Amino acid sequence: MSVATANSSGVEPSGPKPRRVTPGRIGIYAFLIMAAIFFLLPLAVMILTSMKSMNEIRGGNIFALPAQPTLDYWIKAWSSACTGVTCNGLAPGFFNSVKITVLAVPISIILSMINGYALSFWRFRGSELMFGLLVFGAFVPFQVLVYPIIFGLSRVGLFGTLPGIVIVHSVFGMPILTLLFRNFFASLPAELFKAARVDGAGFWRIFFSVMLPMSVPIAIVAVILQVTGIWNDFIFGLVFAGRENLPMTVQLNNIVRTSTGTVEYSTNMAATILTGAVPLIVYFVSGKWFVRGIAAGAVKG
Amino acid sequence: MTTITASERALSEGQLKSRANRRRLLSKLPAIIGTIPMMIVAIGVFVIGIGFTIVLSFTNVKFFLINIDFVGLKQYDILWSTARWVESVKHIWFYGFGHIALCLVGGFLLAVFMDQRIKAEDAFRTIFLYPFALSAVITGLVWQLMLDPIWGLQAYVRSLGFSDFTFAPLADGNTALLGMIVASSWNGVGVTMAILLAGLRGVDEEIWKAARIDGIPTWRTYISIVIPMMRGAVATALVLLVVNVVRTFDIVIAMTGGGPGISTQMPATYVIDSINSRNVGQGMAAATIMLLPIAMLILIQFFFRWRASLKGRTT
Repeated sequence: MSVATANSSGVEPSGPKPRRVTPGRIGIYAFLIMAAIFFLLPLAVMILTSMKSMNEIRGGNIFALPAQPTLDYWIKAWSSACTGVTCNGLAPGFFNSVKITVLAVPISIILSMINGYALSFWRFRGSELMFGLLVFGAFVPFQVLVYPIIFGLSRVGLFGTLPGIVIVHSVFGMPILTLLFRNFFASLPAELFKAARVDGAGFWRIFFSVMLPMSVPIAIVAVILQVTGIWNDFIFGLVFAGRENLPMTVQLNNIVRTSTGTVEYSTNMAATILTGAVPLIVYFVSGKWFVRGIAAGAVKG
Repeated sequence: MTTITASERALSEGQLKSRANRRRLLSKLPAIIGTIPMMIVAIGVFVIGIGFTIVLSFTNVKFFLINIDFVGLKQYDILWSTARWVESVKHIWFYGFGHIALCLVGGFLLAVFMDQRIKAEDAFRTIFLYPFALSAVITGLVWQLMLDPIWGLQAYVRSLGFSDFTFAPLADGNTALLGMIVASSWNGVGVTMAILLAGLRGVDEEIWKAARIDGIPTWRTYISIVIPMMRGAVATALVLLVVNVVRTFDIVIAMTGGGPGISTQMPATYVIDSINSRNVGQGMAAATIMLLPIAMLILIQFFFRWRASLKGRTT
């Protein structure tokens, strides 16, 4: 191979190397910006539509800025949009989702943290088998387990109650969180654990005095993972929460399905934005942590 | 005297040993107690739950567990002669291939472009990933508006002067699944990109230098060298996509409700509707079928692990 080809092929093509402004560089940015527009468009439509009257949207104006921006539809979606016969808007769903999330997130995280700790430092006969079965559960489609869980919860009188839905979220959050915490504890130096053992500390003492304080960063990842996951859940809320505790996503779907005659997209989009606000805020505030959560959730297999 | 002390010592040694054993067991006891919730979930929910589902699929249970008759494979016969189920299975294949192909190809392209030492990488990553923070219900509702012929993209393009422009995938049973593929891929491409980008970054820089010195075109380097080297990341992304496709439920409810007709019904909606319409035996047969792709994935994983262990032994 001649030196000339080696040189030219070193200049032209892209690849993970810095270079000056070339047509190739412009093409890269053009592609990325086009992609960014595609991803942002639905969010823009959501926000714009929620601030416009239906007359303004008519005639293909979904991308136009609102002539008279209004928050009336936000207020309507929040407090007076109808689901069937009741017209209380999304507010009850919001508070139900808050209740479910506030209860289920700490429970699932504390249980999984203990699991991960025990699986890393206190292996006993059968512990790995349990872990294998648990991770297998992460792959199973929820619909397969819906009826057995309905049956089980009804037997103990918790079907359609707040404790019921909290239990369901804790159960289905456990596989991925246990994996997360197990991988984290396994990465800690074993000397740390041994030193505490030599000092005579037992299972719980080591957990509370050594491990818990050290696992704050990974716990934050777990909180982000669980808050967004539980807030965005639809099927569990639909099946297990019961009429009194329907979460916001189910309420949102009910509001949208209830509209009679022409679909009132302004209210629907306002309701959509309100429902998506919590996970979006969590996402934009947490940034890199969120990505870490995804990466951590993806490392199975 | 001496013999007695010797036997005494032997005795106490044995006692010490058993005491040490007991102490070790005792020290493990809190760990076992601490993981009782995990055992209940792993066995009580996952193992027994799945077993329960499979057993019920051989019965004629309507809703309550009374007057149970075992009917053999009858529920499966009914299942495969029900048009809605057969269509649902076709839909999930079509939707699954479309969604997974779009996510993998789109995610890979985005990852490659993100990997060119671009400026504002964090901003682009934030934009590509934010849809994933939104639930499938929200994704479905927004795209329903975008694809609504009266209000959405079709109306917009027509308002620009192209009055014959037709773009209404959700209104037609033949194209409704395509609309759903676009919506769900909008939601999921970012994650695939994030995983594949991590894979790309894991490829040694030296590989690029070597390929450049050999004069191999960049696209060729990606296809023949880099992609095979990041097969771990590709496999991870693929497994996640498959698991999510099998579960597809929320977006159907939010976007089309299964329609027009039954053109976007999925196995998951069939299971839930069967339970709701008090036909649990039928729903459980469908649920058991839904386990098959997951069982396949796990078998494939075991196969690769087994092959890796064989290799490890020979070298």
